[in-house]
Amino acid sequence: MADEPGKLTRRELIARGVRGAGLLCAAGGLGALVTRGQAENLVWQIDPKKCIACGKCATECVLNPSAVKCVHEHEICGYCELCFGYYVDQRLDDQETAENRRCPTDAIRRAPVEDPYYQYIIEEDKCIGCALCVEGCQQFGNGSLIMQVRHDRCLNCNQCAIASACPADAFRRVPASDPYLLRLKKQGNA
Amino acid sequence: MNSLPLLVTALLAAPRHLLAEEQFNFPPPEFSRPYVFPDTPTPAPRPEWLGVADVVVLAVALALAAYFGLRTRSRRHLVVLTGFSLLYFGFYKKGCVCAVGAVQNVAMALGPEQYALPLVVGLFFILPLVFALFWGRAFCSSVCPLGAVQELVLLRPLKVPVWLNSALALLPALYLGLGVLFAAAGSTFIICRYDPFVQVFRFGGGTLMVFIGIAVILLSVVVGRPYCRYACPYGFLLGLLSPFSREKVRITTGDCINCHLCADACPYGAIQPPTPAPQYLPRAAERKRLGLLIALLPVLVIVGGGLVRLASPLLARADYRVRLAAQVWQEEQGKLTDPTDETEAFAKRGVPTSDAYVAALQVHRRYATGSWFLGGWLGLVLGLRLVSGSVRRHRSIYQINQSACVVCGRCYHYCPLDRQRGLSLTDAPQEDQS
Repeated sequence: MADEPGKLTRRELIARGVRGAGLLCAAGGLGALVTRGQAENLVWQIDPKKCIACGKCATECVLNPSAVKCVHEHEICGYCELCFGYYVDQRLDDQETAENRRCPTDAIRRAPVEDPYYQYIIEEDKCIGCALCVEGCQQFGNGSLIMQVRHDRCLNCNQCAIASACPADAFRRVPASDPYLLRLKKQGNA
Repeated sequence: MNSLPLLVTALLAAPRHLLAEEQFNFPPPEFSRPYVFPDTPTPAPRPEWLGVADVVVLAVALALAAYFGLRTRSRRHLVVLTGFSLLYFGFYKKGCVCAVGAVQNVAMALGPEQYALPLVVGLFFILPLVFALFWGRAFCSSVCPLGAVQELVLLRPLKVPVWLNSALALLPALYLGLGVLFAAAGSTFIICRYDPFVQVFRFGGGTLMVFIGIAVILLSVVVGRPYCRYACPYGFLLGLLSPFSREKVRITTGDCINCHLCADACPYGAIQPPTPAPQYLPRAAERKRLGLLIALLPVLVIVGGGLVRLASPLLARADYRVRLAAQVWQEEQGKLTDPTDETEAFAKRGVPTSDAYVAALQVHRRYATGSWFLGGWLGLVLGLRLVSGSVRRHRSIYQINQSACVVCGRCYHYCPLDRQRGLSLTDAPQEDQS
């Protein structure tokens, strides 16, 4: 108990040892991190090849509406007149009325390009990530409609709540410098 | 040289070539007029330099916490810093990434998963620990947003009985062990999934966790920092290091007069009263008991490891791959008639079912090894607790349990000595003159 000034007690000696060892470990860990060179930030993304369009992205995300939205890879799209992502499987008539459309929030804009091709544009601010259009396009179409984590919205939780619930194990961490898993990797633009 | 045109053609045809490896139901359109494909939106994530800025904010906040807690001994400044941390790390950063969760990133990077620990996450893990080696639990004091929520709502602290407090204080070791095991095996980050306060920062989340979050906050009104003391795995690590810190929290700057006001003020049970004058038992008996307990340590480690090893198949069910294999097997046996989303997704991948079993087996092996470590860790913690409990340390004055102290600064202005000397009068609330 009596701490004489200038005299090293046993307890202080142990403490110094622990501090020194701790600092060494921290420096070593930091050195390993820096020298490995790939210590880049990671973000969550959906692998469209694994996604089964189950719809959990719309409900499991900590954000409302979800950080996951449907994006359209136009280069893969067949520009079908009868789009399975746009229309329900069994249409009541030939009209574009709401009951004939898959999207519950009217987020898909359909416009003719030239006979017989139509282009489909997702109005991203309306999309809620329910994956109904993705399901249709996956089943019958080219699969150009895919689910992707939108990084302008994603909070990048350490444990993604959707990833925990994803039945297809489609979520994984990808480098923040290349944060999208499109089916068609574009050349030369990140 | 005549391969050059071929190469150029190949490069030009690259996108089509990439397309060719997949089967498409409909051929891509051939437009008669030039057509520009609309862009696929790919907004960039939060830039990396902002992550580095977070680390700088963390370091500055830690330094300020250490300065206010140990040098100026000012509770008022600590509370202001706590508020800032709640706003920045809590509501602005939405609680991610935090040092508490980063434990799991480190564990996963050390485990068999091919995971490279990001530098920012690594620094979030290391910095508070380094600070703890020199200035105690500065992080808990007023930097951690989870601590901040509880600190700021604590209105009527009740005393938790000492026996209950020390029993519950072992829970963080269990939580830490489980969190590290699940993360290292690459299964899930339970510490993040069951973080009770992150829902508050995000104003939403799963119903169950929102409910638990509200319950823990209500509990924090009457029990000082229940999450920090009885759950937080990172706080457990900091508590291991803080007793060795270079500068320690002192209740008073003068000589203690044993008035017990500080112990009454501490809501976290971190101030230990003086012990009665030691009755000298025969030292030989004491020494024998201590020796026995120390000899018991390796036994506890091995028994703990063996016991948890028995439970390892159960623990492995936390992993997606194990659950999937179980479902695939049930389906193959005809016990599962309707395919689940999981088995459907697996079938869609078009790989043989043996792949699922191999993956699950690999995970089971990880858990078989990991559960020895978990059990050994639990046995070690329990054993060391017994050893430290059997060593009778004499205290003639009120002393701070450095491991449990979160440097909230409450005791400072309760000390009549300091108050008399005007050392912390500026920080003391004005109304209590008694």
